[in-house]
Amino acid sequence: MSASALPATPTEGLDSSRFAQHLSQRAYLPAWWLETKKAAFNQFTALPLPSRTDETWRFSNLKGLDLSGFTLPEDPASQIPNHSAFPQTAEIVFSNRQLVARSTVPAELAAKGVIFAPLDEALQNHGDLVKQYFQKHPAQLGSEKFVALNTAFTAAGALLYVPADVEVALPFVVQHTLTGNNVAAFPHTIVVLGPRAKATLVEFFISGGAATDRQLASGVNDLHAAEGAQLTYVGAQHWSRETLAFQVNSIVAERDARVLSLNLHLGGRQARHESNSRLLGPGAHSEMLALTVADGAQEFDQRTLQTHVAPHTTSNLLYKNALLDTAKTIFSGLIIVEPDAQKTDAYQKNRNLMLSDAAEAHSLPGLEIQANDVKCSHGSTSARIDAEQEFYLQSRGINPAESRRLLVAAFFEEVLEKLENEDLHRALTGLIASQFKR
Amino acid sequence: MSSTLEIRALHVALASSPDKSIVKGLDLTIRTGEVHAIMGPNGTGKSTLSKAIAGHPDYVITSGDVLLDGKSILEMEPDERARAGLFLAFQYPSEIPGVSIANFLRAAVQARMAEGEELDATAYYKRLYAKMDMLKIDRKFTSRSVNEGFSGGEKKRCEILQMAMLEPTFALMDETDSGLDIDALKIVAEGVNTLKSGSLGVLLITHYQRLLNHIVPDYVHVMYDGRIVKSGDKTLALELEAKGYDWVKTDLAAATA
Repeated sequence: MSASALPATPTEGLDSSRFAQHLSQRAYLPAWWLETKKAAFNQFTALPLPSRTDETWRFSNLKGLDLSGFTLPEDPASQIPNHSAFPQTAEIVFSNRQLVARSTVPAELAAKGVIFAPLDEALQNHGDLVKQYFQKHPAQLGSEKFVALNTAFTAAGALLYVPADVEVALPFVVQHTLTGNNVAAFPHTIVVLGPRAKATLVEFFISGGAATDRQLASGVNDLHAAEGAQLTYVGAQHWSRETLAFQVNSIVAERDARVLSLNLHLGGRQARHESNSRLLGPGAHSEMLALTVADGAQEFDQRTLQTHVAPHTTSNLLYKNALLDTAKTIFSGLIIVEPDAQKTDAYQKNRNLMLSDAAEAHSLPGLEIQANDVKCSHGSTSARIDAEQEFYLQSRGINPAESRRLLVAAFFEEVLEKLENEDLHRALTGLIASQFKR
Repeated sequence: MSSTLEIRALHVALASSPDKSIVKGLDLTIRTGEVHAIMGPNGTGKSTLSKAIAGHPDYVITSGDVLLDGKSILEMEPDERARAGLFLAFQYPSEIPGVSIANFLRAAVQARMAEGEELDATAYYKRLYAKMDMLKIDRKFTSRSVNEGFSGGEKKRCEILQMAMLEPTFALMDETDSGLDIDALKIVAEGVNTLKSGSLGVLLITHYQRLLNHIVPDYVHVMYDGRIVKSGDKTLALELEAKGYDWVKTDLAAATA
């Protein structure tokens, strides 16, 4: 056996020696990228873990933020689950940070300048594009340390670039799979739509192997819609039941652009999600949607910011949680209307469906309005399942578990029906249903 | 094979006030192939009877029994009772926004299949469409949410559609005629008549005789203050219509008190 075939000795943990190794393996990438990573690693090291006094972590289980013992996985898994059984334009699949499958962009779209590439390739061939949009408007809602960790170690991810006036009907798909115990994933996906372009990207976050595998995931994405563009982003999180997960979305909409982001939260022991929309030009709209099935002792922690920078901008946030068992959800949302953003129309709603008396839903809506001619409203509701509806279903022979599944699906439908693509709608409905069959 | 639904000395109260009986010792035996009509004034316990048999959690059976082919159903959950062959056609069917008729019925049909058995979707839709055609329900309804925004007549037809799809042994029909115009009433009655020609037993709860012109009962029972005070054949319904419910209060109730 030759020496080169020997596996590299894995370095334990996410410490500076492991980082140095990670960096040295990427010497072929642009210098600015390596510098960005170095700065991020230093920032990660310098930033403290969130503490009790941090308002952005109110109600969160801080003891659960234990990063010790995690390491980078070395090899892709032999078996990779697949959730993306719907018509698509192209797909990129990662397993344990490695690119394991990839379908090419149809020639006709490539000829128009559409780029859909793994991050590594994008950095080599379209470095300027990545540099222009990578973390241009970071979310900064409390997870800065974990975002820095993502930047330091990210390897798996993708760039989707759709140039001006190109519309792509079928979704682009990025799938991240993490398999093994005590392993970590750091996905980073960038979507850039040029003026009047239209496209959908669906990102799956899935654990392979045992449901009890302890894992760490910190994902970030940058979504940018130029003037008049229509961007749809769906993130479906189905990590293992013992995963500590972070996901941070940064959304930017320029004049007359429309961004719909839908995040589906199913997996994880403790999953934190942050989403920040910045509405930069008149007519821009951000539709911020999320669906969560929280069961067992899961904690889902969602923090959002709708920043209206320009006048005549609109945003609509609807986060729906279904809570079972002793699960806990936290929603904290803020709408900021900057002084110039007159005629803003912003809406924020968190709705919780309580399927258990022992579940806990916290809701912290907020407004910060610096303009005087705006329409803003926020609200949160928590309700139990309607007993008459439940009896009606059961009187037709449907068992209590299935009745609940149907009523949760019904509760979620208001969000899912906002997706234009019916196949995608169906796939997500199926993924949610699978959560009730465990 | 013929089946029997026996209601024996049944007492029913609201779960919130279990000391106050609403149904006060009711006996009735229904066999498949028979239509029994229960008539009576409002507030006499007719709806309570049907909901209690179906297992509605708002009601408790304080004494007596309900037997399906000799076996008590009182320990069974509502969904188990339904799978055992009972069907309640609701007076006020629930609206369930977000659940389509097709998915709802599919779940109900699937619930009656063995573990691991897969529903044949093509056959299912073929059957669903045939039943919808029979009840003159537009096929577009399959994608509409259950009862959401339906007219009174549409809701009742949707109840009969469910009954047609689930093929119960016994149907408890609670004021299925209320809120129906005459055309809708005829469609609903035709549907019930088609189904009962098979092996179905029907308990028809109604306030008015009108429905019984279209679904001809084998037996008519007059209910008052939680009990059956008189039973007879279909002519009893006509007598009741002619004499009015005051007759029940003054003559019949007094006679059995």
